[in-house]
Amino acid sequence: MLVPDNLKYTREHEWIRVEGDNVAVIGITDYAQSELSDVVYVELPPVGKQVNKGEEVASVEAVKTVASVYTPVSGEIIEVNEKLKDDPSLVNKDPYGEGWICKIKMSNPEELKECLSAEEYKKLIAEE
Amino acid sequence: MVHPFLPLTDKDREEMFNFLGVKSYRELLKDIPEEYFYKGELNIPSAISEEEAVELLEALSNENFHNLKIFAGAGAYDHYVPKVIPFIISRSEFHTAYTPYQAEVSQGTLQAIFEYQSVICELTKMEVTNASVYDGATALAEAILMALRLKPERKKVLYAESIHPNYLAVVKTYVNLEGVSLEGVKYDRVTGQVDLNDLRSKLDENTATFAFQTPNFFGVIEDGFEIRKILNEKGALLISVYNPISLGLLAPPGEYGADIAVGEGQPLGIPLSFGGPYLGLFSARMEHIRQMPGRIIGETRDLEGKRGFVMTLQTREQHIKREKATSNICTNQNLCALMALIYLSLLGKSGIKELAFQNTVRAHYLLDRLVKETPVKRVFSGPIFNEFVVELPIEAEKVIERALEKGILAGVALSQFGYSEKWMSIATTEKLSALDIDNYVTLISEILRG
Repeated sequence: MLVPDNLKYTREHEWIRVEGDNVAVIGITDYAQSELSDVVYVELPPVGKQVNKGEEVASVEAVKTVASVYTPVSGEIIEVNEKLKDDPSLVNKDPYGEGWICKIKMSNPEELKECLSAEEYKKLIAEE
Repeated sequence: MVHPFLPLTDKDREEMFNFLGVKSYRELLKDIPEEYFYKGELNIPSAISEEEAVELLEALSNENFHNLKIFAGAGAYDHYVPKVIPFIISRSEFHTAYTPYQAEVSQGTLQAIFEYQSVICELTKMEVTNASVYDGATALAEAILMALRLKPERKKVLYAESIHPNYLAVVKTYVNLEGVSLEGVKYDRVTGQVDLNDLRSKLDENTATFAFQTPNFFGVIEDGFEIRKILNEKGALLISVYNPISLGLLAPPGEYGADIAVGEGQPLGIPLSFGGPYLGLFSARMEHIRQMPGRIIGETRDLEGKRGFVMTLQTREQHIKREKATSNICTNQNLCALMALIYLSLLGKSGIKELAFQNTVRAHYLLDRLVKETPVKRVFSGPIFNEFVVELPIEAEKVIERALEKGILAGVALSQFGYSEKWMSIATTEKLSALDIDNYVTLISEILRG
């Protein structure tokens, strides 16, 4: 199971990559996509929406189940991965790259401190 | 106490109570506040034998009018039901089948629903149809909820006041959401059609959808094309409530650009049955399918490449998405959908045209004769299909009562829906012969003269 060292993680199996000016890129982890198996649809949030930490921002649908994606940080949705509309399987094929879900302009980057490190996340999935 | 139909003995119950750690059945319901429990004795007669029950029910059934000539419509229509329908649906494979969750053992049921969805799509020219919902009224309420999900930033719902009042009552119960307002659009007092100026004045950027019915509650045909144009100015969704038989002659909702099309499927070979079970027809544009409520059956191929059918897009549904599901209706009207499928298969493309024609010809003929030969007045000038509203010189209830003595159900008194007590809605179907209509006209003139 791929858990890149340069990312932050959540207990709900999201990953976060911080880019440039307080922008958090959010996706679901390799472990999450393998548990869901074939992703058939990703419901994306509207760009411009203000979201609070812990809020549902997207949902990832597999053939027989659906998982909510929660944001670990508050802020504004500034971009969503439009490619997922045509090819939701990108979440399976490349969860940390082409399969990203949305970008949030963080209003309180301090919230990131509550996220897990790669080591902590590895431990979490080993226990599950 | 041991009961012939209930397998539990007092001892079984006691064991279950002991296991659960409760003393009585009542204790299991302790979350319900005391004041909500009914205190008196229920008015249920004591048990009778099967033979006595049959006798009682037959006696009740004999009180029904037999061979009544039905000129009443207002949402449910007395069409002929071909004998092959009860024959096919009585097969136990269809009659006893439950929800086809397990595709491997449900191919017959799944194929029937798939074909039902396909024929409703053909009839309405809509791109996708679900496996059905409860009835026309719940279909409309679900359609409005769906429109609100499709336009989450908009909080206003407009509806035509010429929609069936019972449907609107269901909508008002069902679409009871914080921040969402429901507003009626008036009908033109002369034509009986949607007052387009009123629609224009109430429509704004906050309007998610406008719902109308055609033919409407007064039997008057609306102009879906013009309404669509008006809605486009503000980007609102169009919900159309239609009578499936009328689509043999009238432009289908898909042609005038409805986003969601719903209707009561009862006219499609489903008996009147004292008001139900009926069939909620529910179709939409493909682009809206993710927000569509209810079950959808899809066609696929199995491992060997053979054609097969499965429940598809189930992640919208309650058994997977729980409280975030598109609807909390988690079943469909399978047997009634099958009746509609058989009915439409029997009619075919030319049959439904002929049927629609036969229905409308009778309504126009009857209306002409009533207006010319009796003191009855036509209320609305708009074009009609199989139904119209007349104003009588006396109370409609009285006319209906007198006509019943002669074996004719003359119509529906609209006073029960808050309209004038002299207004009566009259509908015709292919079951009424020229002689039936002549007799009706004669009887109405006699009643009104006498």
